[in-house]
Amino acid sequence: MSLVDLAAVSFAYGRGRSVLDGVDLRIEAGRNLGIVGESGSGKTTILRLMLGLARPTAGRIAFRGEPLDPGNRPFMRGFRRAVQAVFQDPYSSLDPRQKVADIIAEPLRSLKVETDVDAAVAGALASVDLPPDTAGRYPHEFSGGQRQRIAIARAIVSRPDLVLADEVVSALDLTTRIRIVDLLKTLSEKTTLVLVSHDIGFVALLCHDLVILEKGRIVEQGPARDILSAPRHPYTRRLLASTPRLADFA
Amino acid sequence: MTDAAPALAPPASRRLTPAFLVGAALVGLHVAVGLLTLVWTPYDPAAMTGGRLAPPSLLHWAGTDRLGRDLFTEIMIGARIALAVGSGAVAIAAAIGVTVGLLAAFASRAVDDVLAATLDILIAFPTLLLAMLIVAAGDGANLGTAILAIGIAASAIVARLTRILARRVLAMDYITAARVSGTSWLGIVRIHVLPNIWPTLIVNFALQFGLAVIAEASLSYLGLGAPPPNASWGRLLQEAQATVYTAPFGAIAPGIALVSLVIGLNLFADGLRDVADPTRRRR
Repeated sequence: MSLVDLAAVSFAYGRGRSVLDGVDLRIEAGRNLGIVGESGSGKTTILRLMLGLARPTAGRIAFRGEPLDPGNRPFMRGFRRAVQAVFQDPYSSLDPRQKVADIIAEPLRSLKVETDVDAAVAGALASVDLPPDTAGRYPHEFSGGQRQRIAIARAIVSRPDLVLADEVVSALDLTTRIRIVDLLKTLSEKTTLVLVSHDIGFVALLCHDLVILEKGRIVEQGPARDILSAPRHPYTRRLLASTPRLADFA
Repeated sequence: MTDAAPALAPPASRRLTPAFLVGAALVGLHVAVGLLTLVWTPYDPAAMTGGRLAPPSLLHWAGTDRLGRDLFTEIMIGARIALAVGSGAVAIAAAIGVTVGLLAAFASRAVDDVLAATLDILIAFPTLLLAMLIVAAGDGANLGTAILAIGIAASAIVARLTRILARRVLAMDYITAARVSGTSWLGIVRIHVLPNIWPTLIVNFALQFGLAVIAEASLSYLGLGAPPPNASWGRLLQEAQATVYTAPFGAIAPGIALVSLVIGLNLFADGLRDVADPTRRRR
């Protein structure tokens, strides 16, 4: 069974122009998916819809076969535990007034996960290669890359089945990007990743499948290897031609 | 942004700035004097203990008023009234203002627009005028009405500030992360919104405290505050007005008390923000 299914999903803000139009995609457990497109192509909107932060104006989203219904509390509790996210800006994604331990423990406390919170936090920090004393400090004491590691630790602490990452390395310098890519590669052995990015080179390093999005429509999707080696759509070819590949620098 | 940079700061150290210490000392002095008057004053505040309009002396540190009452005793009692009005008014302003501000920040756009417009209209009225209207509409001038009036008048300012600050916090990615983590809206208010807005709010509360003290003095000066025999600093200033050229200390002494409390509150609040906000601590 697939983790997430989007069937003919459309979305528009108010009565304005449609942001997404008839999107169909499926996320299979264990197969990382990259959603690639330019700014304004609707990729972040897809991510918000998949997180249950917005409702589609048409179409259907399902998680493990059940409709994603933000009003269904028991279902959403399980969904929140299974699906977590990492955001683009490591400076605005961590509450500056919380200690790192509280930031990472928030999903456990909010979702009432029965576990040793301190041990879980320490485990999550170890998973992202941060020392244990990180827990007692505040976000402003860390660099951008370290903050992004903290954000990733928060996302994995509840041991989710799926982590959605929105432009997770775009605010980082090249060296830090490479380290975060390595980290995500390690994490993807335990959880499925959905990477949203404008950088097809970055997602190609981590994803089994790609979805190419242009102006709210999927123009191409399939195994990453096929798309990268033989892009069929002109937009995909343009994206490949214009994006520097991280692999070239690694 | 780099990943390799070492952690920047040593363990957080809480700064107690000189301004904070001076502010705390001034406020503390007023609080101590106000509390002391509950059990002791140099003289009976209603008793005529010396000559009329006597200058400061060893017996009467601030002189006497036009009825021969000890002015220092009256100023001490004035501190108690000022603190009671300030804390009461700020408590009312905080309770109403923070609640309304948070509701506006979380409300739909239509409700937010209505609340924002209402707050703008209320703020357009000078605090003192609004307080005078509320006192006039109430059952006459007394301390309770003055506290209520000043508190309600100040609540619009607190509500607007709370709304602006809360909306700024709600736009941050860590709020989205909290929602994704399953944190309820009430939890988001408690864990993220209030801790992030209170350092600014508390500075505003201290400012409102000072303004409330001034507003009460102004109301008393106009005869709409605490009625006699309450020795409000505003009433002392009003009584000293007629003799300001012949016995200036009758106006100077309560004036110094009023200004020192307001300055102390402002310094204290500014320092408190530095202590409370981890991002402002020494690195």
